[in-house]
Amino acid sequence: MAFKSKEMAKAYWRENVRLMFVLSIIWFIVSFGCGILFVDTLNQFRIGGFKVGFWFAQQGSIYVFVVLTFVYASKMGKLDRKYGVDDES
Amino acid sequence: MELQTLTYIVVGFTFAIYIGIAIWARAGSTKEFYVAGGGVHPIANGMATAADWMSAASFISMAGLIAYMGYGGSVFLMGWTGGFVLLAMFLAPYLRKYGKFTVPEFIGDRFYSNTARMVAVVCLIIISVTYVIGQMKGVGVAFSRFLEVSYEVGLLVGMTIVFIYAVVGGMKGITYTQIAQYCVLILAYTIPAVFISLNLTGNPIPQLGMGSTISGTDVYLLDRLDQVVTEIGFSDYTNHVRGSTLNMFMYTLSLMIGTAGLPHVIIRFFTVPKVKDARTSAGWALIFIALLYTTAPAVAAMARLNLHNTINQPGSAESLEYAERPQWFKNWEKTGLLAFEDKNGDGYIQYTPDATSNEMVTLDRDIIVLANPEIAKLPNWVIALVAAGGLAAALSTAAGLLLAIASAISHDLLKGVMMPDISEKAELLASRIAMAGAIGVAGYLGFNPPDFAAGTVALAFGLAASSIFPVLMMGIFNRRISKEGAIAGMVAGIGVTLFYVFQHKGIMFVASTAFLGDMKENWFFGIEPNAFGAVGAVVNFAVAFAVSAVTKAPPQDVQDLVEFIRVPVGVEAAQDH
Repeated sequence: MAFKSKEMAKAYWRENVRLMFVLSIIWFIVSFGCGILFVDTLNQFRIGGFKVGFWFAQQGSIYVFVVLTFVYASKMGKLDRKYGVDDES
Repeated sequence: MELQTLTYIVVGFTFAIYIGIAIWARAGSTKEFYVAGGGVHPIANGMATAADWMSAASFISMAGLIAYMGYGGSVFLMGWTGGFVLLAMFLAPYLRKYGKFTVPEFIGDRFYSNTARMVAVVCLIIISVTYVIGQMKGVGVAFSRFLEVSYEVGLLVGMTIVFIYAVVGGMKGITYTQIAQYCVLILAYTIPAVFISLNLTGNPIPQLGMGSTISGTDVYLLDRLDQVVTEIGFSDYTNHVRGSTLNMFMYTLSLMIGTAGLPHVIIRFFTVPKVKDARTSAGWALIFIALLYTTAPAVAAMARLNLHNTINQPGSAESLEYAERPQWFKNWEKTGLLAFEDKNGDGYIQYTPDATSNEMVTLDRDIIVLANPEIAKLPNWVIALVAAGGLAAALSTAAGLLLAIASAISHDLLKGVMMPDISEKAELLASRIAMAGAIGVAGYLGFNPPDFAAGTVALAFGLAASSIFPVLMMGIFNRRISKEGAIAGMVAGIGVTLFYVFQHKGIMFVASTAFLGDMKENWFFGIEPNAFGAVGAVVNFAVAFAVSAVTKAPPQDVQDLVEFIRVPVGVEAAQDH
């Protein structure tokens, strides 16, 4: 184990799980929320030629997905360095 | 230049590139054959993953399906991209840290049981073969148009080419070829979309053109499309829900978790050098995929509009006269995938949603993307490029899948369990034989595919969602799940899903054996078979937890393994031999 102590390992994992939790909430809201469950409500509004719900279902959710994966990768990189477990060998 | 000649030149040229790369990067060892020696850069790996991932279903079939489902088609767009978020966060980094060749190998070690490994192999083979059937449908459509032959002949030619291509290469060849294939397929997809968007809206970016006004008017494209399709009697494009909200929810969920559980996609993350590369690799893959996936809905909407403008000719008194039909119409008639029957004998094409009066008796959704540039009257070189792109998409994915099947059989089944002291050479030979067998089976079933290419592929995702994804998640995040729990969970999950699919689609997709018929009345809560994987996944989780609660906890070394994969340092070097 590369951690200095068991507590460090636990803290690292806890931060990781919290980050995953927050990002998956966003993941759920933009796709299942805006794109499916609340699509009719959002469709009352428009951006240009798009109804908003329709836009989320066919465009918006995908853009958010891309951002989410990069946010995860960069935040985890920071977390690895903070706990000294990044793999720079 | 003649379209036919031009297509031969473009397709021939791209094939020469792929074969050249495959020969240059020929696999020498088993490790190179399976995971390309583990030394591939994240951006390169992301691009290869994108090509591997975006199959004939994405390239040829998806936009055609969305064109007819309208809003309901969003399940494919969200489902096939959203899964990468799950993959990047929940699976890829940990499986890379673990550092073995195949998914069943991880399952076998984590659940300390060869039985678990065998069950995973069986699940993997069922998933991959179903997936390859979908590819074969796409390959058949592409070759039939390109060679101007029937679908069946096109399929046979396609099978032969996939066979030669995948069997010689192995993963190392495949990775570099897939990068070339990604470039071909993304250009082939976006160039016509840009032209069509420019023609219709004056905006060169299809993603924006879709939300713009039609050139010379102040009517938005989507509003115009809604108006045209409802006038003819089809349902509203931007509001048409597929089945029910529940069905759309489950469909999207099945595709998402299926994505994260697809063995041939997961295997890609074994090819990067470090854990953090596995994380960014997923992000890069998603960017490259999103390029196509955000273009697809624009292609769908514009193709649908152009199709109705050509055939129904809204605004004029008469629809298109059959004798006046354009060249693309005649070309596709040769393949048997498009057919007209003059029911009222007036010589005009009546195209309506009503089965009794509709005269477009066959209009296979899978031809829309390939026919799209012709319908929009784009120059011949663009049409030739699209043919090359479709073939690139189908070939790259078929190759990746066959590799997953081959590695499961030769590495997990033969070397792992049945003959542990098999030589590397014999293992390579066995995997090539396995590939050949898989192509044969999938090709045979491809003569009567259970659905359009994207629909068939969606079934494969449902099966992955109900078997592989839950067991990987539990293996990584819960150290208490025992071997009995995992095995029971996998069997129950894929069992329930297969049972539901087979009773509606036929046993092994032979339609005559579908004892409940493909009827909506018999659907469980209105959930279609393609979307049932999410239910299977819930069953899998529930059974695994219940069984683990009453069986012995995993031994200490397995619990230590779960700890070990959570930490990114100390990855076993995965560079070359």
